[in-house]
Order: sequence, then structure tokens, then C-alpha cells
Amino acid sequence: MSSEATTGAVASERPHRPHDGWRKWAEIAFFVTPALALMALFVAWPIITAARFSLYDWKGLGPLDDFVGFENYAEVLADDVFRDAVAHNMIIVVGSIIVQLPLGVAIALLLNRKMAGQGVLRTLIFVPYVLAEVIAGVIWFQLLQPEYGLVDALMNGIGLSPPEQGWLGTPEVALWVVLAVLTWKYLGLAVLLFLAGLQGVSEELYEAAQLDGASWWQTQWRISIPLLGPTIRTWCFLSMIGSIQCFDMIWVLTGGGPADATTTMATYLIDEGTNRHNYGIAGAASVVLFAIAFVMALVYQLVVLRRDTKEAAV
Amino acid sequence: MSVRTNLAPRGKRGGNNVLVYLVSLIVVAITVGPVLYGAMGGFRTNAQLAEKPTGLPDPWVTSNYSGVLSGGSFWTYAVNSTVIAVITTLVAVVFGVMAAYPLARYKFKGREALFMVFVLGLLFPAAVAVIPLFILVTRDLGMGNTWWGVALPQAAFALPLTVVILRPFLMALPRELEEAALIDGASRIGVFWRIMLPLSMPGVITVAVLAFVTSWNAYILPLLLLQDDMRTLPLGVADFSTEHSADTAGVLAFTTIAMIPALVLFLALQRRIVSGLQGAVKG
Repeated sequence: MSSEATTGAVASERPHRPHDGWRKWAEIAFFVTPALALMALFVAWPIITAARFSLYDWKGLGPLDDFVGFENYAEVLADDVFRDAVAHNMIIVVGSIIVQLPLGVAIALLLNRKMAGQGVLRTLIFVPYVLAEVIAGVIWFQLLQPEYGLVDALMNGIGLSPPEQGWLGTPEVALWVVLAVLTWKYLGLAVLLFLAGLQGVSEELYEAAQLDGASWWQTQWRISIPLLGPTIRTWCFLSMIGSIQCFDMIWVLTGGGPADATTTMATYLIDEGTNRHNYGIAGAASVVLFAIAFVMALVYQLVVLRRDTKEAAV
Repeated sequence: MSVRTNLAPRGKRGGNNVLVYLVSLIVVAITVGPVLYGAMGGFRTNAQLAEKPTGLPDPWVTSNYSGVLSGGSFWTYAVNSTVIAVITTLVAVVFGVMAAYPLARYKFKGREALFMVFVLGLLFPAAVAVIPLFILVTRDLGMGNTWWGVALPQAAFALPLTVVILRPFLMALPRELEEAALIDGASRIGVFWRIMLPLSMPGVITVAVLAFVTSWNAYILPLLLLQDDMRTLPLGVADFSTEHSADTAGVLAFTTIAMIPALVLFLALQRRIVSGLQGAVKG
């Protein structure tokens, strides 16, 4: 309150009082324009363009004049490959959360104690997250090579038989293998964020629980996990947004194959756009991808994250 | 503090430390194992890899690594990656801190709406824009296959996170310094430059590191925009892997060297990256 008053006093002491309104807007424009201009040109404009492309049959040559209305959408939505791609995205969204959430919470709870080497442990767990998806993908591609790869060698060593076409070459297992590699890559982020959330839980709560004779399990179940709620919900959101855009890892590991068993919406639209020059189809797929991501984000925000803001308000 | 140290450390009760270390060991083995295998694999010949892929290399072979390091392509890719990441970071941070300043420190109509523009920007998947971006950059702007052609769009996509992290950071700075400078007759731009910017350095470094690492690891946009000698390391690694698919040891050596810069940067700036991510989650 007092600082407001001071600012007011400063303003009234200024010599050019009448110009202050104009000046303020000029200053705001000076600071904000570069960022907004860059985003308008390289974020907003391309997205609008994708939506425009989606209404035309355009192969990248000549003017954009073959208007087809919603035909591209009809084609995309009727395409089994695209439908499967949406399903694969959903499997990755749900699978990532189902696997990483309990594992991440469990590991974070285990590591959330004073122990020797904790710093080193955290760093090591975070290593896969720091690597580029491409680099992680190439390493796993080598590990998973049929016959010569380490995974097959280890399995043969203990008498198990890996799939004949290789892990990434067998349509029935390829998507699950990709999901496993994604889990490997992103589990560290979940652990790290959950650990950070646990650091925020006040020490007194644990002490009080211990004095009341609560067991370690009771303390974790009744105190740590409920208080981790907001962090978990935010992590789920980040994970969902990442899964819906999934591209790099799949492009490196399988390229969407075998037999389109691992396509996602992003690999589908890149394939249509760059390899086949079906810009209309790619545009329609982009809009569908954006619509799905947007609706998911909105629903999640309204249903799940609102609880956090409400709770904070109460 | 003294009271606290006398009490049992958090979670100690009922926790079996042997079990904890065992689980930690397994987790670390799984997370770091593949990376170590890659690094070790680079020290083997392909024959050794086929024969006995586990354990320490016997004998250690350095020809894969020296081959990569003496070949020109690795260094070309590394220079491209570095220049593009530096331009991306500079543009994103300078424009981002500028935009965050009035959003944090001015009172004006439509401020929250303007901030929402950046928050919404977080939701736009880059994949949606990539095909038109490719056409925009190569045909309309004539910047296909250039450093700037990749760096500017990347900076644009990094801006939302930069602003969203920096705004609360700038809001938390004490008002008194700013006011004192204004009383002394400094302009708002002068205040921003001489006072706010130096004070917000920790936050700026956090967003800079995030922007740099994101650019360094980026794949989809460089994949569409860069060819031949302009390729970045991730593209180089992916292409090397497909072109030399029979030379597993060579691929592993190339990949291992390519991941060293990101790992070193991460280890050096670990705290900044972690706090930045936490800020992003809590904000």
C-alpha cells in the first residue's frame, strides 16, 4: 500500500505529467513488441497457414486456389493410418502416466531422505532427460537391433527368445517398446519434480506424525502423497502435452513403422507434408492435432487443475 | 535448526536403508546403463561387440573415437549446433526479459490478457506449425538452410516459457530500488537496463539454459530446414546412424561424443535447470 502511495507521489512530482499516459504506452510497446512480433511471425502465422492449407488441395506448386472445403478433414478422419495414429498417441498419453506416475512417486519417496550420495543419485537419474531424444533414440536403436543388439544378446544368454523380426520390427510389440524407451527417457523428470514437491512439505508435519507414532508407510500415504497432489497434477499435464506431440523418438526408432504400427499424429503429418507434399492433408492433420491437444488441455484445466486453484483460494 | 537435528531425519522410521540403496542401484543401472553401454561400445570393434557386448572392452580400441574426432563432419555439426543454440538463446532471452518487464512492473489495461497470450503460447505444439514454417522460412524469407532460419522460429517457440518463468521472478524484486531511481530522474528504460536486468540475472540464466538445451536437442525443425553442411548434431547423429548402420561401434562412438556437450552443460548448471523446471511447474 505504502509503495503505491510513493509511486503516485513520484508521478505527480514529474515535470511532464500530461505526457505520462502516452509515454507509458510507448514504453510498454517498446518492451513487448519484439516478442509479440516474433511470435506472430513464427508461431501464430504458421498455425493460421496450416489451417488455411487444410481447406485446399495443394501439392506445394502453383497458387493456393483449389478450394475443397472440409474434404481434407473427411479424408484424414477416414484414414485408418491417421485413426491408428490418434490411438497410438492416446496409448502413449495414458501409458506414460500409468507407468511413470507410480514409479516416479515411489522412487521420489525412497530418495526423499537424508542419505549418502543422494545428490549423485538425483543427477544420474536425470541423465536420460538431458539427452536429446534423437541421441537416446539412436542408442536404443542399437541396443534393440535384432540378434546383435545388447537386449537380444542378454535374452539369448538367459535362454529367452526375442521376437524374430526384432523388437522394433514386430508390429505387435513395436509401440510398447517405444513406450518403454519413452518411459526410460522421461521418468527422471517425474522423479525430479516429485522430489522438489516433497521438499516443499514442511518438516514439522513429519515430526508431528512421528511423535504421534505413525509408521513410515502411514506418513507417506497420509502426508507426503496428498501434499504432492498439485505437483502430480501439473506433471500429468506436462506429460500429456508432450505425449500428444510425440515425434523425435518415433522418427528415429521406427519412422512410424513397421506397417504404421507406431505412427503418431505428428509423424503422420510430417510424412504427408515432406515425403508426399500433401500440404492440404498435413494441414488438416495439424488442425486435428491442435484441436485434440487444446481440448485435452482445457478439460484438464477445468476438471483437474481447477481443484488446485480452488483449494488455494479456500 | 538445533532442535531439528536432534530429531530423527524425515522418513527414517521403518525405512530399511539396505533396501533403499538396492532400489537406487537398480534404478541407476537402468537409467545410466544404456548410456554407459554406448560409451563402452565406442571403445570396441564391431567384432568385439558381436562376440561379447557386456563387460569392459578387451582390449580398449580408440580408433572409433579418434575417427569421429578427426573427421570434419562432427565438428561442422557441432559448430552449427552451437551457433544456432547461441542465437536462439540470445533472441529468446533478450526479447523475453523485455516482454516480462512491463508485464511484471507496469499497471495497465489488458495486462493479464497480454500475459495470457504467452501462457497460451505454451500450448501450441511446434509440430502443428512445422510444415507452414518450412514454407515460410525457405520460400518467403529465403532463409532455408541458414542458422538464422532455424534460430528465429526456435526463439519464438521458446518465448512463452521464458516470459512465464521470468514474470513472477521480476515481480518478486523489491520495488524500492526502482522507485529510488525514478525519483533520481532515470527513465523506465534506464531503470530496466541498469537495475532490473542485473537483479534478474539468476532468472535470466535459468531461462537461458532451458532455451539453449532445447535448441541443442531440437530435431524436427532442423530436420526440415537444414541439409548437408548446415546440419546440427542431432541430425548428424541420426544420419550417421542410418548411413553407417553396419558400423555399430562407430555409431556408438559418434553418439557418445555428441552427447558430451549437453551432459557437461547440464552438470555445470544443474541447479539452474532444476530450479527453472520447478518454477515452470509451480507457476
